[in-house]
This record gives sequence, structure tokens and C-alpha cells, in this order.
Amino acid sequence: MSLKDKLLSSFIAFEDYLEDDSPIHDVRNEAIKHFEEKGFPTKKEEAWKYTSLRTLLKEDYSLTPYKESVVEFKDVKKYFLHEVDTYKVVFVDGVYSSFLSQTTHDKLDVCLLSAAFSKDKYKSVIETYFNKVAKSESLTSLNTAFAKEGAYIFVPNHVESDKPIEIINFSTGNEAAAMLQPRNLIVVGENAHVQIIERHQSLSGNAVLTNAVTEIFAEKRAHLDYYKIQNDQHTASLLDHTYIHQERDSICKVHTFSFGGKLTRNNLNFYQNGEHCDSVLKGITILEDNQHVDHNTLVHHISPNCESHQDYKGIFDDKSTGVFNGKVLVEKEAQKIDAFQQNNNILISDKATINAKPQLEIFADDVKCSHGCTIGQLDEDAMFYLRSRGIGKKEARALLMYAFANNVLESVKIPELKKRINKLIANKIGVSLGFDL
Amino acid sequence: MGKFTEDDLKKELETKEYEYGFYTDIESDTFPVGLDEDIVRAISKKKEEPEWMTEWRLEAFRAWQQMEEPEWANVTYEKPNFQNISYYSAPNKKPKYNSIDEVDPELLETFNKLGISLEEQKKLAGVAVDIVMDSVSVATTFKDTLAEKGIIFCSISEAIQEHPELVKKYIGTVVPQRDNFYAALNSAVFSDGSFCYIPKGVRCPMELSTYFRINQAGTGQFERTLVIADEGSYVSYLEGCTAPSRDENQLHAAVVELIALDDAEIKYSTVQNWFPGDKEGRGGVFNFVTKRGICERNAKISWTQVETGSAVTWKYPSCVLKGDNSIGEFYSIAVTNNFQQADTGTKMIHLGKNTRSTIISKGISAGKSQNSYRGLVKISPRADNARNFSQCDSLLMGNKCGAHTFPYIEANNKTAQIEHEATTSKIGEDQIFYCNQRGIDTEKAIALIVNGFSKEVLNKLPMEFAVEAQKLLEISLEGSVG
Repeated sequence: MSLKDKLLSSFIAFEDYLEDDSPIHDVRNEAIKHFEEKGFPTKKEEAWKYTSLRTLLKEDYSLTPYKESVVEFKDVKKYFLHEVDTYKVVFVDGVYSSFLSQTTHDKLDVCLLSAAFSKDKYKSVIETYFNKVAKSESLTSLNTAFAKEGAYIFVPNHVESDKPIEIINFSTGNEAAAMLQPRNLIVVGENAHVQIIERHQSLSGNAVLTNAVTEIFAEKRAHLDYYKIQNDQHTASLLDHTYIHQERDSICKVHTFSFGGKLTRNNLNFYQNGEHCDSVLKGITILEDNQHVDHNTLVHHISPNCESHQDYKGIFDDKSTGVFNGKVLVEKEAQKIDAFQQNNNILISDKATINAKPQLEIFADDVKCSHGCTIGQLDEDAMFYLRSRGIGKKEARALLMYAFANNVLESVKIPELKKRINKLIANKIGVSLGFDL
Repeated sequence: MGKFTEDDLKKELETKEYEYGFYTDIESDTFPVGLDEDIVRAISKKKEEPEWMTEWRLEAFRAWQQMEEPEWANVTYEKPNFQNISYYSAPNKKPKYNSIDEVDPELLETFNKLGISLEEQKKLAGVAVDIVMDSVSVATTFKDTLAEKGIIFCSISEAIQEHPELVKKYIGTVVPQRDNFYAALNSAVFSDGSFCYIPKGVRCPMELSTYFRINQAGTGQFERTLVIADEGSYVSYLEGCTAPSRDENQLHAAVVELIALDDAEIKYSTVQNWFPGDKEGRGGVFNFVTKRGICERNAKISWTQVETGSAVTWKYPSCVLKGDNSIGEFYSIAVTNNFQQADTGTKMIHLGKNTRSTIISKGISAGKSQNSYRGLVKISPRADNARNFSQCDSLLMGNKCGAHTFPYIEANNKTAQIEHEATTSKIGEDQIFYCNQRGIDTEKAIALIVNGFSKEVLNKLPMEFAVEAQKLLEISLEGSVG
């Protein structure tokens, strides 16, 4: 039985099991129909030209965890940003872990999507926002059909979240292979401000396939910083879809740090619906072995006087593969746009591959749009300079890589997080530097 | 002179009809419409081709029947009905001239209207012209000079008769019959085209040039060009196109194959000005062309193109850099106006070591046109030290047009160095203001700025062509700032 058939048949059971006065009953049914029609994307589709899901889909995934899993805090402490106080929404095998979480309903809501579905007071929010910006792409539809659990964050107007929020999905590996489909809904009200850190982490070497969808709404003058840390086991794969709807004067920044995982696909879509929006997309990708990371970004400029900045750096070793597929779409009403897209890559090994496709589609004339894409190696002169001053080869290389990625790191606002990522990079390159960057 | 406002400019541009639109009434012998194996055989027979050529065509035709028309390009158009086209048309009178005076005066008149009269050309820098008018070559000049050097420059049908060993060896080696839908169609039904062979170590003393034109109503033009530069030789080849105004869409599906053997260099320049359709977007030529060159060791192929015409253009002159140290270049200006659509670019396939490629593409879109750049740079695992630089700039005039960039970059070698940059912008108000302030009116200022924008590419054209290209740019664009 193929994974698609399995999903389709389990949907029926899933629907039965839910008590069904749920407002999203119809949305679910429509979504599964759409998925049934489309199926999993194949390499024949332009957007999936360089990423094949074939081997991933061969695994026999269990779709719903049957065993209750207990995770001790001391075992997973290192995955939290424990140096600072944060709100936490933690899931273990897709099930909410109240023990590890720290939620709030005080000034802002940081809780569960399932709670939001079932409680009346959230009804209007769900009706206004749920599944409103997610597009009907096959994998997103699949997630929508099974949407049950995930983080629900609602920051009311004029509220600044007092601490960062962490969304962490653990998978324990109790099953030989598991498929998870978390669904997050984040609403940042007018003039509100929030920082969010998202992480997917598997705790064993068993295969995990995560098909995540996050919907984000940034109202007028809202300010959002979103950090995605992807440093999972080499047996875990992530298909991530993030949709961001921006109203006027809002600023949304998404940083993606891709170091781990077997196959990672990041679909990051920005829709600017008001004037003077600013969208920032940055990423550092450092890969080895057979890892594969595919960044698929879209910035859709619908309104005039907006800005977008993209900056993705990639370092590829061994047989790893990197894909960058960035698209800037400027509608004809969207005059005076300033859109910039940059993608720099370094290939370290002979077997590593990069496929880049930075695209511009522009229908307005009074715009400033540019993109740059480079593929190269570490500068030999710089290397020589460092070595001639007594710095070891490995360290010199590491220094240069740091310098290469530094642009992106600099804009990380949470100092502890920055330190953490520095450490991750150092680990990844296999050196320890005597200073913090 | 009254103030020439932008509105005036726009109006003038809209009402500007295709300047080279005319139709010469020459009797043609045309095949019945439609395409099947018999037609393919008939074309082959008409051209008195040997058996292997007929077979080759049939093979292509059978492949074509299995294929589907590609849809991935960023263009929309009504698909041509391939059974509604006559696949062969040749001017009826088929005399061979030694001097230009013998040519049918009606034909000469046609070329005079185009501003490329043979007399003028003859006087200018010694250009040998092989005129393809509705698929059969009518006049070839300067043949004797070329023959002295051992250079073969003739129509491809002549080459099939007289140099079958060369044609048989190279045809379809760069663009195989089943390469793509239009290449297969062309392979099956090509009526004529040019053939050029430069022997070892010979530097072709003049620019070789051909003018293609579509003349007879309802006939598709399927040329096939084959240029072979043997070891250590050099050739510069020009190709220019203008077509008469016609309401019905005409199909132009050509195949150009370039073969640069060790140390050879081929420079291929195109000025394309097929009928783009009128300002409502009616009519116009569909230009679906497959152009590709292969470089052996130390060889170099340079494509230069100025695209101003055609309703729909679908064209990617490519270089396969097979030999070590080979070089591929692509310089392009694509101008679209009114309802024109262009999806054009290049492919640079790096296979050999130390291969280098440069891509400079300038897109200018005005009116309601769509202009796309689509390019591929591919570095294969054994192409050590490959180097690529790409630059794609787009200029937009008005907010009803679109400019798109779709670069594909695939690197499989760590020593590869690839740079790609693209920009999109409009003509700055301050630039125009600067010119106005110095007494240059808006129209001239735009011409000046566009010329500056395209200069990098225009510079690469041979002298004779640069003049014509500049003229074309002005016709297509002057005053179209929105």
C-alpha cells in the first residue's frame, strides 16, 4: 500500500475519531480531496525539479502514535534555549507535553491549536485566520486534512511578548518510522511584537517524516522575528511550509538555519498586502554526507512601496546537495518596490551539488529588483594570509566560513540564540574557536 | 516644435506600423497543406536528395509524431495547426545568377525596401550573401573568393548533393532529430538553409551572411543551418531576418548547428526582425528556434543576437563546452513591444576542464509585452575550474509589460566559479531630466539611454550589423517610456 493510499484510508478513521461539530470539518474534507487529486509532488513539477521525495515515501510510516511516550527534561534540556526564560509549546510524537511546556493566557495566548479548535472563545479567530493564507498545494492540503495539533499563538494589538516563544516538536522513535503533521497558527496583532524559535528534533535514529505547516498573520505595524533551527538527526526529514500574510507597515523576518536532517524542504512564502511592508528572509545552510536541503522562497509583492531582502548562504561538503529556488513576484500595482535577493554558495567537496534558480517575475516598471547568485570556493589568498600568520588549516577554513556566514548571523536578535548557533556551526565544521563571534 | 509629451510618444509608438511590411508577388510552387510521410518524401524528392537523407527525414518525422508540443515556456499563444501549413514553397523562377544584374528586379526591389540592397552590401566590407527567399537560395555572391580558400558556403540542399560526406557526418550531431518538438519537425521538413565549412587553419576573410525571409502566405519556414569550423579555423557568420506583414500567424522553426573543432572559433550573429504582429497583437510570426553549438578543445563559440521581432519567440542559443579550455559566449538584446512575447536565453553546458562562459542578456519590454530570460549553466562533475559569469538586465517601460528572469544554475564540481546577477529597473526620471536639461528631447534621451543600456551587446556585433541593429532598436522603442 502506498503512503498516499494509507493516508487516504486513515483519514476516514481520523474523521470518525474526532467529535465532529468542529468548524473545520469542511476544510478538512476539501483538503483531503485536493490531496487525493494531486498526490505527492514529483520531479516533473517545476517547483520540485531538484528534490525527489521518492525514497522518503517508500518508508512504512506509522501515522498516529499508539504508545504514550515519556521524555525526561534532563535528556532534552540541550534542545531548549535554557539560558533565557521562554514560553514553550512542546510536542512529543505530535502529542502535547504539558510537563515540558510553559504556556500562557495572560497578555497573549500561547497554547495549543487543538484547544483553540474546541473552545468557543477562539472560534472567531479560527474562522478568520485558519487556512486563510495557506495555499492549496498538495502537501499543505495533506497537512490541513490531518490538522489537529500544533502551536497556537495570538498576540493581541499593542502587546509586546515579554519573552521569546519556543515551539519544539520531539519525536521519540518508538515507532520504526513515524510521520508527523504539526500545524501552527500565529497571529501577531497591530503594533504587537513577538520572537519565535521553532525546532524539530528526533531523539533516536529511526526515520521520521515531518510535514509541517505554519500560518502567520502580521497585522498593521506588527513585528515578527522567526527562527527555524534545523539540526535534526540524519534520519529525519522535514517538509516545512510557512505562509506569511503581511498587512501595512509590518516587518517579518525569518531566519532558517539548516544544519541537520536527511532531506529538508523549506517552502517559505510571503504575501505583502499593505504598503511599506518589509520582508526579510535569511538562511545559513551547512551540509555534509548525503544531506539535501531545498530552499523554496516566494515573496509576492502585491502592494506598492514595500521592501524585501533575501540572503541565503550555503556551504556544502561530501555528497550533499543544496537547492535554492527563490522567486520574487511583483504585481503591476506594486510600484516602488525594492527587492533584493542574494544566494552565495561554497562547494567544498567534489561530490557536492548546488542547483540554484533565483527568479524574478516583474510586472511593474518603477521598481528596483536585483538578484545575485554565486558558486565558488574559499578564497585561496585569504587562506594563505591566515596560514602565513600561523593559523592552522582547519581553523583558517573555519574562520573563513564564519566570515562567509556572518552577514546572516548578525541580524539574529536574541544573543543567547546567536551564541547557540555559533556553537552549532563550530560543531558542524569540527573546530572550537577561542572567541565568540 | 511643440512639446513632445510622453503621451504623444506613446501614441506615435502605438500607431507605428511594421516598417518593413510588404509582400512581393513572385509566383511560387507550393505544396498542398498538411503533413504526412508522403509530404516528407515529396520534399525530399523535390530536392533530389539521396536515399539516406530521405530516411533521416522520415526518422525525424516518426519521432515528431510521438512528441508533444512543449508548454513550459512563459508564453501563451494559439497553437499552430500543423496540418494547416504548407511545408514547401519555392520561388518558381529558379535561375542561377553570376551577377546581381541578372536577378529578378522585383526581388531586388524587395531588398532595397529592406535597406539591405545587394549593391550596397557588395560595396560594404565585402559581405558574401546567400539569400534564402522562401526556402530556396536564389543568389550566392563572392563564391569564387571563398572557393579559393577552400571554404564551402552554399545552401544545404546543394551541400547534400555535393558534399554528402560532410553533411552526413555532422548533421544532427549537435541537435539530434528527437531533441525537441520543433527540432524534430524541422528535421523532417526543412526545405533549405545554409551550409558552411571552413577547412583546417583557414581564417574566413569576410563575414558570411544570409538573409532569411518568409514570403509566401501560409508557408512555414524551416531552415537548417550547419556551420563546421575545422581545426584552427575562424568564421564570423551573420544571419538577419525580416518578414512581410501578414495577418495569419506564421511559423518559423529553424535549427542551427555549429561545430567548432579543436582551436576553431565561430562567431554567430543574428538580427531578428520577423513581423511582430500589429498593435492589437494580431498576426505575427512564431519563432521557435533551436540553436546549439559544440566546442571541442580550445574552441570558442560566440552567439550574439538582437531580437526585436516575432509575436512569440522561443529561442535558446546554447554552447556545449565539450573540449578542455573551450569558451562559450552569449550576448543578447531582446526587445518586446505591444503584445510580443519572448522567452529566450541560453544554455552553457560545461563538460571539459577549464571551460569558460559569459552570458550578457539585456531585455527591454514595453507596451503589453512579456519578456523572459531563461538560462541554464551546468557544470558537470569532471569540468574542473569551470568559470561562468552571467548578467541579465531588464528595462521596463510602462506597467502593462512584464520582465522575468529564470536562471537555472547546476554546479556539480567544487572548483566551479559561477556568478549570476540580474537587475530590473526602469528608465530613471532623473536620467531623462538630465538629458532634457541639456537640450535633448525626451525621445532622443530614451534612445540614448536604451543605446547605453544595450551597448555591451551592440559592441559585439560586426560593424555592418551594428548599424542595422541600432536602427531596429530605435524603431521598436523610441518614446515608449510610460
